[in-house]
Amino acid sequence: MADQAAVTLLCLFLPFLAAVLAPAVIRAFGHAGSWLLALAPLLSFLHFLTFLPEVADGGVVTGGFAWVPSLNLSFSWFLDGLSLTFALLITGIGTLIVLYSGGYMKGHPQLGRFLCFILLFMGAMLGLVVSDSFLMLFVYWELTSITSFLLIGFDHEREAARRSALQALVVTGLGGLSLLAGLIFLWNMTGVTQLSLLVHVGDGLRESPFYLAALILLLGGAFTKSAQFPFHFWLPNAMEAPTPVSAYLHSATMVKAGVYLLMRLNPVMGATPAWEILLPLFGGVTLIAGAFLAIRQTDLKLMLAYTTMASLGLLVMLTGFGTPHAIEAAVLYLVAHSLFKGALFMVAGLVDHEAGTREVTKLGGLRSVMPITFVAALLAALSMGGLPLFLGFLAKEEIYYALAHGDLRAMLFTLVAIVGNGLMLVVGFTVALKPFLGPHVETPKHAHEGPLLMWLGPAVLAGLGLLGGIFSGIAHRFVSTPMASAVAGELRPVDITTIPHLGMPLLLSVVTVAFGVAVYLQIDRARAMMVRLLAAIGNGPDRGFDHVISGLVRLSVAVTRMVQPGRLEIYVTATFIFLALTLLVPPFVYGELPELPAWPTDVLFHEWAIILLAVIGLFAVLRASDRLTAIVSLGIQGFAVAVIFLLFGAADLSFTQFMVETLSVVILALVMTRLRLSPRDHRPLGQMLFDATIAISCGLGFTLMLMKSTQGPFNAHLTEFFNAYSKVIAHGANVVNVIIVDFRGTDTLGEIGVVMITGLAVLALIRVRPRNPLPQTRVEAPADGDRP
Amino acid sequence: MNTLILRTVAPPITALMLVFSVFVLLRGHNEPGGGFIGGLIAASALAIYGIAYGVSAVRRAIRFHPMAIAGFGLLVATLSGFVSVFVGVPFMTGLWIYPRIFGVELPLATVISFDIGVYFVVLGSIASIALALEEREFD
Repeated sequence: MADQAAVTLLCLFLPFLAAVLAPAVIRAFGHAGSWLLALAPLLSFLHFLTFLPEVADGGVVTGGFAWVPSLNLSFSWFLDGLSLTFALLITGIGTLIVLYSGGYMKGHPQLGRFLCFILLFMGAMLGLVVSDSFLMLFVYWELTSITSFLLIGFDHEREAARRSALQALVVTGLGGLSLLAGLIFLWNMTGVTQLSLLVHVGDGLRESPFYLAALILLLGGAFTKSAQFPFHFWLPNAMEAPTPVSAYLHSATMVKAGVYLLMRLNPVMGATPAWEILLPLFGGVTLIAGAFLAIRQTDLKLMLAYTTMASLGLLVMLTGFGTPHAIEAAVLYLVAHSLFKGALFMVAGLVDHEAGTREVTKLGGLRSVMPITFVAALLAALSMGGLPLFLGFLAKEEIYYALAHGDLRAMLFTLVAIVGNGLMLVVGFTVALKPFLGPHVETPKHAHEGPLLMWLGPAVLAGLGLLGGIFSGIAHRFVSTPMASAVAGELRPVDITTIPHLGMPLLLSVVTVAFGVAVYLQIDRARAMMVRLLAAIGNGPDRGFDHVISGLVRLSVAVTRMVQPGRLEIYVTATFIFLALTLLVPPFVYGELPELPAWPTDVLFHEWAIILLAVIGLFAVLRASDRLTAIVSLGIQGFAVAVIFLLFGAADLSFTQFMVETLSVVILALVMTRLRLSPRDHRPLGQMLFDATIAISCGLGFTLMLMKSTQGPFNAHLTEFFNAYSKVIAHGANVVNVIIVDFRGTDTLGEIGVVMITGLAVLALIRVRPRNPLPQTRVEAPADGDRP
Repeated sequence: MNTLILRTVAPPITALMLVFSVFVLLRGHNEPGGGFIGGLIAASALAIYGIAYGVSAVRRAIRFHPMAIAGFGLLVATLSGFVSVFVGVPFMTGLWIYPRIFGVELPLATVISFDIGVYFVVLGSIASIALALEEREFD
């Protein structure tokens, strides 16, 4: 088993490894390097394929390695029917996408970078679906958001791409935070940090008073990732990305992460009123909105993007519907959708690549020049439309089987499903038939069949959609049944076949197809109607997003202006006021004032002399006629303190104090010579009194704190320890130095790091040339090189 | 400030202070001293030399950019901490060897090289601040 675990771990990291190598491989072999890079996902795919028999028999493959044992964190995976199906989709479609990208972006100077991002995403997505621990799930979840950001913004010189990338990152990133909060809730409520253990605590979870809060937070994560209304707007905008990205991330895999999460949580959090209201509601609205929005588009990719949104809505609706068949329908539809939508996106890219346009109104008659593409498109569209023999048909039969019950709620959702499915069929046929049928239309580029690299993907995916429908027994045994059982939390055999049997579901299917074909024949009128309808509705959440972002920017500018006015005296004043308050408020509030010490009687003459020297230094500072004198006078006081340290046996401290004091004076003086200051201090009297009050308060605060701390009982524990062991363990007689370099050496390492960074920062500040030097700006000296 | 007096005494004072800083650094383990204070003394020495003879003279004399010296120090200190990892004890554990050189037993340890690293970081950082401030023109 240990070997198998190591191989699985390797397979989980193979995409990352390939991502690192991608730029070099592409540089060496050009676009043909994608054949080599596709080996990584292919090997992972084959490895996961070996788990199929075990999982099909109801087994679960687990494994992992300790990560941070002291925190009980482990890097562990958990493969049941649900995660294995996802893993196979990710690596399988991923293999085809890597090949497709090689053809689609042939000759692109950034192909290596592109494949690097794609493979990084693949690794992240693979990690997401196999993760067992919450933390791992969250980390991978965020990684998919970040790689999606990189891929949408791949063409970063266009502003639209940058905006879309940022929008996707903000929306899914916010959702990620919501997910994190939800996972922390789950952890606090159950004490469990692993998905595999969560199943055992479902009942307690559902009865918890925090159930609803946790559910809403988790839904926040799932709905943003899976583009549910009203967070859907980022998904169509994400079509700015190159087509392989749209096919892979934004239809087949990443957007299904939210659905994955819901399916994963279904056995634990499902079957409650909240679950069965929220999910179908949001899913249903998303389905209808997506389907209607898809009709109005004329860009192949945008049409597909909105149907993806609609399909995700359908999946969420089914997951939350609450009947046993709904789960089976969701599972079948998810697999079917990944296959046909991935294929259709690749077809759209292929048409764009060969004909030079994606505008459906400018395409036609390509069937004779692109026969393979046409067949692939047709097969995928038939599956999408849910016609017999195809996997999509099984899914749709199962959907109607699940929904058609007779009560009002079921009837409502049946209607929603019919309208949604019908419109999706329209869009599917528009994408797959319109460019290929009819008279030949002259396109910007002279179209001909794409290269093998590009038609392989759509052909394989579309073909699988047909094979899965015909050999439904095999598909159910190895994929549908284990996955549905994992989602339902109990054995759930799927046995629907592609042979039509009379009944309500078939009738509803016929109604759907009839409705779809009717709309398809009137597509131009339907589109015009939608355009008018949307114009009547006005701005959608996409504009709202812009308003929110610009409002946020304005707010942060205002806040920054307020707390950072750019005048150093305000910063310094604020800092010292807070210091004084921190020092003075607690002793008064808690009555912790020190006792007034007795007048010392045993102070020797020379000690008095030193104290006098310090006081003289202070008066010299106050009476100084110009700034330079004040700085040097401050040095007098500092040296006096150093002598006091020396007299009381703190030689190291005194030594350091001498040097720091010297360097402070030198550096302060140097800073002063560089600033254009008036040599004298021209503060008005009121300002002087105010500043003096702050200074005296700080001084008083420190005095009180020092007196209080010396009056308490002295805990000699550490002193004894260091005195006893300094020589024995660390071979040093100077305890101070031994503490610095040995006992607390790691501390010192951090401190010298800070010293170095301070030096770099000061150096950078000194070198900054002021563009508009402000006369009479008072600037205090930088850090005086004191020990941090 | 480049008076004749300062220009005359600056070289011997600088030299003395540098020697003294090394002395303070090395004796630090048993007597008052150590890398931190040693580095401060060396930085002051360079500052004095700079005041007397100008910054470019100091930069020529120390050959390396002071920040490079600080970086070297940080590297030495970090590597000293890592030595112990290779013999299987935790990071930053002090290791001692006692080679006999000319018949005298000389205790050497990773804590000494660590302290040398501290010395260079402090010297380099403070000197680069002081020199940059002394410079009238930007280089």
